[in-house]
Amino acid sequence: MSPGRPGDLILNGRDDLALTSMDEPMSLLDASTPEQHRARYLELKSNAAERLHAPRERVPSALRPLDDAEIVWREQIPDGWYSTRKIGRGETLRIVNKTGRAAASILIWNADDVSERYNAGDTVKIQWNALLGKGYVLFSDMGRVLASIVEDSGAGHDFLVGGGTKATTDRRYGAGYRNTRDNFCLAAAKLGLTRRDIMPCLTFFAPVRTDGEGKLGWSGQDAQAGDFVELRAEMNLLVALSNCPHPYDPRPDYAPGEIEATVWRGAQADANDSCRTASEEGARGFENNDALFGV
Amino acid sequence: MGNDAFSVDRATAIFDEIVPARAPWSGFLKKGQILRIIDLEGQQAVDALFYRADHFEERYSAQDTLREQGSAYIGLGSKLISNEGNLMLTVVGDSCGLHDTSAGACSCESNTVRFGHHTKYMHACRENFALEIGKYGMGKRDLVSNINFFMNVPIEPSGELAIVDGVSAPGGYVDLKAEMDVLCLFSNCPQVNNPCNGFNPTPIRVVIYDCAEG
Repeated sequence: MSPGRPGDLILNGRDDLALTSMDEPMSLLDASTPEQHRARYLELKSNAAERLHAPRERVPSALRPLDDAEIVWREQIPDGWYSTRKIGRGETLRIVNKTGRAAASILIWNADDVSERYNAGDTVKIQWNALLGKGYVLFSDMGRVLASIVEDSGAGHDFLVGGGTKATTDRRYGAGYRNTRDNFCLAAAKLGLTRRDIMPCLTFFAPVRTDGEGKLGWSGQDAQAGDFVELRAEMNLLVALSNCPHPYDPRPDYAPGEIEATVWRGAQADANDSCRTASEEGARGFENNDALFGV
Repeated sequence: MGNDAFSVDRATAIFDEIVPARAPWSGFLKKGQILRIIDLEGQQAVDALFYRADHFEERYSAQDTLREQGSAYIGLGSKLISNEGNLMLTVVGDSCGLHDTSAGACSCESNTVRFGHHTKYMHACRENFALEIGKYGMGKRDLVSNINFFMNVPIEPSGELAIVDGVSAPGGYVDLKAEMDVLCLFSNCPQVNNPCNGFNPTPIRVVIYDCAEG
């Protein structure tokens, strides 16, 4: 490193700091003032609030009948169990809550590079919301869209708290019941992954909300038998699904019932896709996918 | 303004260093030691991850921590729980009261989505994390949802969530007591595209105390 070049820094003679401190280079890359950054941020925030509060007709999602020829995979996942599946780009995963008592916790990786995976923080902060449903997307840690929520019957989902563990399940129901943490460890193992690869998950059919003080709890609106979601894969995915009661589910007995997972052949998102065009942030996520695929 | 469960008078500082604006920091904390992060100039987010010192596969878990405490923010008394359900650290002092653990760390890639493709080549916390964690033989796979000390992210009952102006005043601090030997990984957040650093990243100070019991 030759001294005097813009961007070179020697701090206290420590090379490790010099390599990673960024006291000056910022100005070379971005000439905006704090006031300009604030104005830009407030504009994005205001646009998001406007979209969220815009009056719109809510068309109930319908469970489209599938022809046998469309179906790639179908599995009934029993109480407490899990399943794993590779899902190709453009295929759609349908998850049906057969009893209304089930919760479906899910982990998603990019099948072609498993270091890219579902990122809970990015998914909620990019979309300015922690109560996501139809029309929203699931982001990877690389700023790309893993999957789009293309249909959703309207049960609430948990993007914050995650699944249960052996300790929480034993504490709640007594010994002998299966839990999502161990299911995910097993699912990861069967995909050639390890505990290092288990990140925060999301759970469908688990209506978790915060109150005005930030207290987390079950919203009281339980899912109904037949509630469903559909996720369209926006790249090749590895998916782990766990069917265990959500740790905040107030119902006293361990009886989730089965969930039905179906993968069917569909079309990739086109330029006018409703998830792609729902927000400027979503559009930029899809643009990052385009760059990955050379579109 | 502070609200301490331990007295600095009973403690001996064994480490005291300024972390420059935008820089990472990492170090080991022994069980019983207390680490204080001081927000020297106020409104400075500090992104933090923790790993069990003798077994890095066990690490801080935001979801286990939220589930167990039943509330969305980290503050005085919060117990930081690992992915194996074990207590890693306890927040024993806190001048701020509102620390986030839901919104994750900023990255070049997520910046492009949030703020526009022109922000790709700006320094970010996950750049700091990825460089720093490499020193311990870990990589991007080991970066999970972190804590953002001094970062204010209210989550409304409607689900609306946004990073808003920090409430941490100059000299604000948080004290973390190690309940096991842990590796601490920090990024002094470089983000200027949202209010987490008051649009002006500033230095922090990290102090580690050996504590007398009682």
